[in-house]
Amino acid sequence: MVDRRTILRCQISSSSPVFTRGPTMSTASPSSAPQAPASSHGLEAYHLHLMEAAKLAAQLTQHQKNALETIANQMARPGRGLLAADESVPTLGKRLVAAGLVNDEETRRAYREVLFSHPDLGEYLSGAILFSETLGQKAVKDAEGRLFPALLQSKGVLPGVKVDLGLEPLEYSARETHTKGMNDLMERCQEFYAQGARFAKWRAVIRIDEAANLPTRACMQINSAELARYAATCQACGLVPIVEPEILIEGAHSAETFARVTEAALSEVYYTLAQAKVFLEGTLLKPQMIMPGVDSPSEGRPRPEEAARRTLEALRRRVPPAVPGVVFLSGGQTEEQATQNLNLINQLAKRPASPFRPSSTTCPWILSFSFGRSLQASVLATWDGKDKNYEKAMEVAGALAKANAQAQLGEYQGPHPSVLKGQSLHETNRGWGANAGEGGGKGESTAGATATVPPSGETAA
Amino acid sequence: MYIYVTIIRLPLITLQRPIRPSLRCLTTSQFTFPTAKKLKLCQAMKIFSSLLLASLVTTCSAFVPLNQVLNATPIKTRGRFAALKMVSRAEKENPYMEELKANARKIGGRGRGILASDESNATTGKRLEAVGVENTEENRRKWRELLYTAPGLGQYISGAIMFDETLYQKTAEGKPFVDVLAEQNIIPGIKVDTGLQNMFGTDGETATQGLDGLGDRCKAYYKQGARFAKWRAVLKVDDRDLPSEKAIWENAHALARYAAIAQENGLVPIVEPEVTLGPGAYSIERTAFISERVNSIVMNWLNRYDVVLDAILLKPNMILPGLDAPIASKEEVAKYTVQVMKRSIPPAVPSIHFLSGGMGEEEATLNLQQLQKEYPDAPWSLTFSYGRALQSSTLKTWSGKQENWKAAQDILVKLAQANSQAQLGQFVEGTHPDGKNAPVFISILRFVLGGCMRLISRQAVEVDVSIAQRKKSQKRPRCK
Repeated sequence: MVDRRTILRCQISSSSPVFTRGPTMSTASPSSAPQAPASSHGLEAYHLHLMEAAKLAAQLTQHQKNALETIANQMARPGRGLLAADESVPTLGKRLVAAGLVNDEETRRAYREVLFSHPDLGEYLSGAILFSETLGQKAVKDAEGRLFPALLQSKGVLPGVKVDLGLEPLEYSARETHTKGMNDLMERCQEFYAQGARFAKWRAVIRIDEAANLPTRACMQINSAELARYAATCQACGLVPIVEPEILIEGAHSAETFARVTEAALSEVYYTLAQAKVFLEGTLLKPQMIMPGVDSPSEGRPRPEEAARRTLEALRRRVPPAVPGVVFLSGGQTEEQATQNLNLINQLAKRPASPFRPSSTTCPWILSFSFGRSLQASVLATWDGKDKNYEKAMEVAGALAKANAQAQLGEYQGPHPSVLKGQSLHETNRGWGANAGEGGGKGESTAGATATVPPSGETAA
Repeated sequence: MYIYVTIIRLPLITLQRPIRPSLRCLTTSQFTFPTAKKLKLCQAMKIFSSLLLASLVTTCSAFVPLNQVLNATPIKTRGRFAALKMVSRAEKENPYMEELKANARKIGGRGRGILASDESNATTGKRLEAVGVENTEENRRKWRELLYTAPGLGQYISGAIMFDETLYQKTAEGKPFVDVLAEQNIIPGIKVDTGLQNMFGTDGETATQGLDGLGDRCKAYYKQGARFAKWRAVLKVDDRDLPSEKAIWENAHALARYAAIAQENGLVPIVEPEVTLGPGAYSIERTAFISERVNSIVMNWLNRYDVVLDAILLKPNMILPGLDAPIASKEEVAKYTVQVMKRSIPPAVPSIHFLSGGMGEEEATLNLQQLQKEYPDAPWSLTFSYGRALQSSTLKTWSGKQENWKAAQDILVKLAQANSQAQLGQFVEGTHPDGKNAPVFISILRFVLGGCMRLISRQAVEVDVSIAQRKKSQKRPRCK
């Protein structure tokens, strides 16, 4: 049981920087470029990230804010969601190799082309997150030979980009991570904007391990500070930041523990964003749906409705209404589970907050999807690298997107267009060593594998 | 007493339940509306079943004490609507949790707000003396009796905050105030802080005291009948240095600790981080900036102390510019207030009760209505917790004279009704019962002079505030 004592074990002393100067004080203070601190994830780095974030956020003009808010509202629309096709080279490589394909640039390009080619994609997706390499690749089968960002824009799908460079273990807690990519983030964001990206994504990971007293508050704080600085940097470059504090479902914890950690992490994230004065109306949140750990026993598992209620309760307790949209990640659920859980969440969210005020909303943010594996696994299985399967794979991609778009409206009815029945899409240690080019551990890949125990048991959804 | 409850009240409660659709409707694809005969049959069935229930309960109630029957909140543990297993230990082990959430929802109900009549003896004395009434316990009791026995107040007021002394007082006939309020369907609340204390080394900033022995006091208040508590944290704001980090952190910590203790003892905590309206020409953007910061820090501390946000009420200030700055229009006030609330308050908080601090009575009502227009589908109820805005005209009308008793109660109920209408978005401008409205030709004149009148009322408040601050800060008085 994770009680407060264990979470506070590595507490950073919480004296915050002095930010009492409001908008009436001049923000132009003579400052040299920030010196890189000795450690990239200690107390010094925490305060540095906050100060830099506050400086950037204070310089945002009203015009820039309006533009960001417009894009964010476009991304978080009813009946639409995001496709997360931003797997880094090693992560995608693992999946391609497991499907019997070669991991080279052409294969990756062709695979992404299958995902983006459906003509009606713009009716089910409002945005697609790309890997940085993909931004510069061309759609060969397209009549005009456009680059992917232009192709997506023509369908009404906003292109986004992953801007982080993978995970790195913390010095003081080896099994916990912070995210790399802060050093030249400003330059890279400006380049991505020029290439056509309009939003960005940064994945911070928090691990639960009750036996080892994880997560520590220090981990949550440094990840929140990095998220705040990343958000302010992206907004300064015109990109809408998706704030992703992913809490891993690896472990044997119960849904209750997961909810408690989610609430603590979201509290830390939004407190840090508020300290840095990040423009919340121009951000999105990408959390994990609340569910028990993959290794938890199947007897005490909550029914999907209870998990959906817990998710809504945790979000309602921590996410301010200024955030336009909350887009869930699928994190290892099967395709069908992800759709059904999203459907359930949206059905529950339709009820008013109070029976005496019918116009009040339970959830003032749009609850939508930002699925990666749950929108792609069937497509990869159908495509299999062969050009003759191109049409069929494209149809599957469209059907999956359509099912999840219906789920966003709470109107999903079976059957699910997934071609993989009940196979786990869970991969352990995803994202570690992204630059080293080697997966950090045993990855259980998707297509072609025999059915392992799915995360929520056979009786799921 | 048992018979009254079981024979009369319980059937009425059961009759208020919504009609359950018949089983047949579940199997057909379309819902069929019941015919008139079926409706009558349903009604008859309900009356019969409620009488049956009443007779059963009568036999059982002999063995169950009344307060247990009234206070029992059975928690569903199985089925579709089962209560979730609680998340934190503080939530899990708190036997009052469901009651707290229900009370919080009830206080924030539609079209109703809170009457803040919790002024300390010294402050009440000042107000009474201003209308020529001596500050004795009997006069304070009479004044509060006037407020709480106003007929029909419960239609517009859902909760009344009392001072420690008042909670134990009775009407002239000997009926305790808590019973009077319960009859009016008003939930009694209690101010639990013991006043402000200057923080040395700051520019007149304060911390709020009252944490020592708070648990025991809350238990006693709950026993007496209070169901919610209030703690006022005050922060000063100006263009440059205020509020200081020290003041924000001290007040946020105290608020969180108080809220945790209040929830532990069955009282719904009203969390009041007041960024007080003060002298200076600071802009409305500055107030918004500071309020947002303060609210987010307070929320973070509440989360760290495992305070359940579904069972608190928030009492913030509306976002106003400084006393020396140009008066902001109600549209501007509403825009910034809603922006600050949206950015810092999660939807789990059931309702936000704004304080009137520094606003005139009509201004408070109109600003409240503008909030509803600004954010009609807010996840929290945007309502009021007014002290002066409901009481100053009432007190002036009463002036201590018995013959004005009825008229004063009348004014109070009219004021409460005006604010209730504003909360529903139905208040008609120009009909405010603060004594300043007049026939049409004068109202035209008033429209022209409207700005001047507001300035006058602001000046009065400013003098009050600046006198108080001069006393506190002991600086040389400013030359005007």
